[in-house]
Amino acid sequence: MPEEVALRKQVEALARQIAKVAKRPMQFMEVCGTHAHAVGRLGLRQLLPETLTLLSGPGCPVCVTPTGEIDWALELAVRPEVTVATFGDMIRVPGSLQSLGDLRAAGAQVQVVYSPTQALEIAAERPDREVVFLGVGFETTAPTVAATIQTAARQELPNFSVLCCHKLIPPAMAALLAGGEVQIDGFLAPGHVSTILGLGPYQAIVDEFHVPCVIAGFEAHDILQGLLALAEQVRDGRAEVENRYGRTVRTEGNPVAQALLEEVFEIVPARWRGLGVLPESGYALREKYAQFDAVWRFGLQPSEAGEHPLCHCGEVLRGVRRPLDCPAFDAACTPLHPLGPCMVSSEGSCAAAYRYDRVEVK
Amino acid sequence: MSGPQVTLAQGGGGLQMQELIARELVPACDAELGRGLEDAVVLPGAERLVLTTDSYVIRPAIFPGGDLGKLAVCGTVNDLAMRGARPVYLTLGLIVEEGTELELLRTVMRSVAAACAEAGVALVTGDFKVVERDSGDGIFANTAGVGFLRQDPPPSLRRARPGDAILINGPVGQHGVALLAARGELQLQVTVQSDCAPLADLVGAMLKAGGEGVHALHDPTRGGVAAALNEIAEASGVGMEIRERDFPRDAGVDGACDILGLDPLQVANEGKLVAIVAPEVAEAVLKAMRGHQYGAESALIGEVLEGPAGRVSLRTALGTRRIVDPPSGELLPRIC
Repeated sequence: MPEEVALRKQVEALARQIAKVAKRPMQFMEVCGTHAHAVGRLGLRQLLPETLTLLSGPGCPVCVTPTGEIDWALELAVRPEVTVATFGDMIRVPGSLQSLGDLRAAGAQVQVVYSPTQALEIAAERPDREVVFLGVGFETTAPTVAATIQTAARQELPNFSVLCCHKLIPPAMAALLAGGEVQIDGFLAPGHVSTILGLGPYQAIVDEFHVPCVIAGFEAHDILQGLLALAEQVRDGRAEVENRYGRTVRTEGNPVAQALLEEVFEIVPARWRGLGVLPESGYALREKYAQFDAVWRFGLQPSEAGEHPLCHCGEVLRGVRRPLDCPAFDAACTPLHPLGPCMVSSEGSCAAAYRYDRVEVK
Repeated sequence: MSGPQVTLAQGGGGLQMQELIARELVPACDAELGRGLEDAVVLPGAERLVLTTDSYVIRPAIFPGGDLGKLAVCGTVNDLAMRGARPVYLTLGLIVEEGTELELLRTVMRSVAAACAEAGVALVTGDFKVVERDSGDGIFANTAGVGFLRQDPPPSLRRARPGDAILINGPVGQHGVALLAARGELQLQVTVQSDCAPLADLVGAMLKAGGEGVHALHDPTRGGVAAALNEIAEASGVGMEIRERDFPRDAGVDGACDILGLDPLQVANEGKLVAIVAPEVAEAVLKAMRGHQYGAESALIGEVLEGPAGRVSLRTALGTRRIVDPPSGELLPRIC
């Protein structure tokens, strides 16, 4: 097909340009599960020069959810009056002892939904059940959850609440740079999150750390253009926010979604798997919406639960360890018997590496 | 009791299900005939009987492009066809939940009759049970099928050879996507229809064109083409490479999969087959497929390689390569 030939030519040309620009070693990081999977699915690393390393960062929302929050979900699921509504990715993530899937097999009411609205519908249909939606995700998912909470408030639904585990991406990017554990010469900034946030939050990172941030989309040419822009900035000694996903991302982001987030949530310190507690990095329900806050409603106590001793998801999420370098990868930890969320979630970097790169296909 | 329990993921058609079947079910099967794990078994004796059985728990029972009745006939007919059999007789067992609308039962039975007529099989015996409300979910069906072998040796998952061509009879993923859309949970505006169809006649035409050169046939139901090709590669101890650009496409499936983050190669089909055929008959078989109503969009999508054994890889449209992995657990809720 001519269209595909044209695409392939464009991609090959971009790869050649990147090789020309990246004369010295450069290490970039993507912080978006969709990027991680697109890179694997498209085999893009095979097109990059040896000088350029692309790391996976803490971009998978299920993966950065700490064991303590998974345990909260499990604690809710075992309550006889509770129906837990969740995106499918959460079902198999192991908590301290079990997963939601294990509890469901044992009789717990755990229902996979594709949107928070669906959880709201379940609550309306089943007034005899306490329906708790597991709010997991970044700035992309949080606005729809905020809207759902507003709807629940408007409808005065007495049996709906959200276990709010939502997190913000830019504070995690800043924490990785501040930590200095891994060399990051530039961020491939997430297209979807940026649609909501706009360019502002990245500017703060660029100003503080002098590291370029380039927003990119999810097609092969989008990602390669983003990497090329990063490489050019590094070559030229520049550090700027560059929007290479202009067809979707506006400078100011999405003001309507931002207002919704502001109305329903406040920004609080949050615990991340692998990163610990980061200031101003999580969303929590504002007091006026407290009755929809599962933590408040069920009196959940903070949990300090640690991760599985063999699991290196934390290091993987920080970019310190690549999935293929983890001793548990494809040994103690497989999609069939995962130790941690990075191997479970469809957006996890270990799952991507297992699916697409586990044996160097050459 | 607090031992391990059966999870939905173990019914998903992926690695977890294979593991459970191998560990818990296979040991009870006949050591000689029951351990092949093919779609159907060829029984010894002069007539070369082929036998298969399958259960159907699909939700919703009526979906765009078919319903439980059509599926229960086509699924079993196709399992027989994949072993190179001409399906002849069918049994039907129904487990119906108390309170199920009689009209649903009638609809299902009308479809059973129509599908049997099309596939040229006779429904010859059956069973009917009603269970208490909440002990089932509408209607569950089981069909067993008997057929006669069209040729010997029959196609088998173990007969793929290096150099063989990999053929498919149309775009993949339609059944899975149609079902997801039919559940109304996604608020997806998709017009994709399930591809549910009896393939025995198509297979007949293929065997006529390719004879013994048709080495392996597999219907990529749950787990999709990814699972089907991995099973053949594993059973035959060969590698495979397929080419993204040669796949027939369905824009509706591609769009829905894009939005949902699904890989069309892992999505279920109910009217598709992958065929592994000797290179010298590939063209003739492909021509026969394209001349059939269920194979108009057939394509040659790849080749069987010497190895590495059990590895299926994909040449992407960009020219890069990646592994084609079978899904591991629960991909979608019940779809067959």
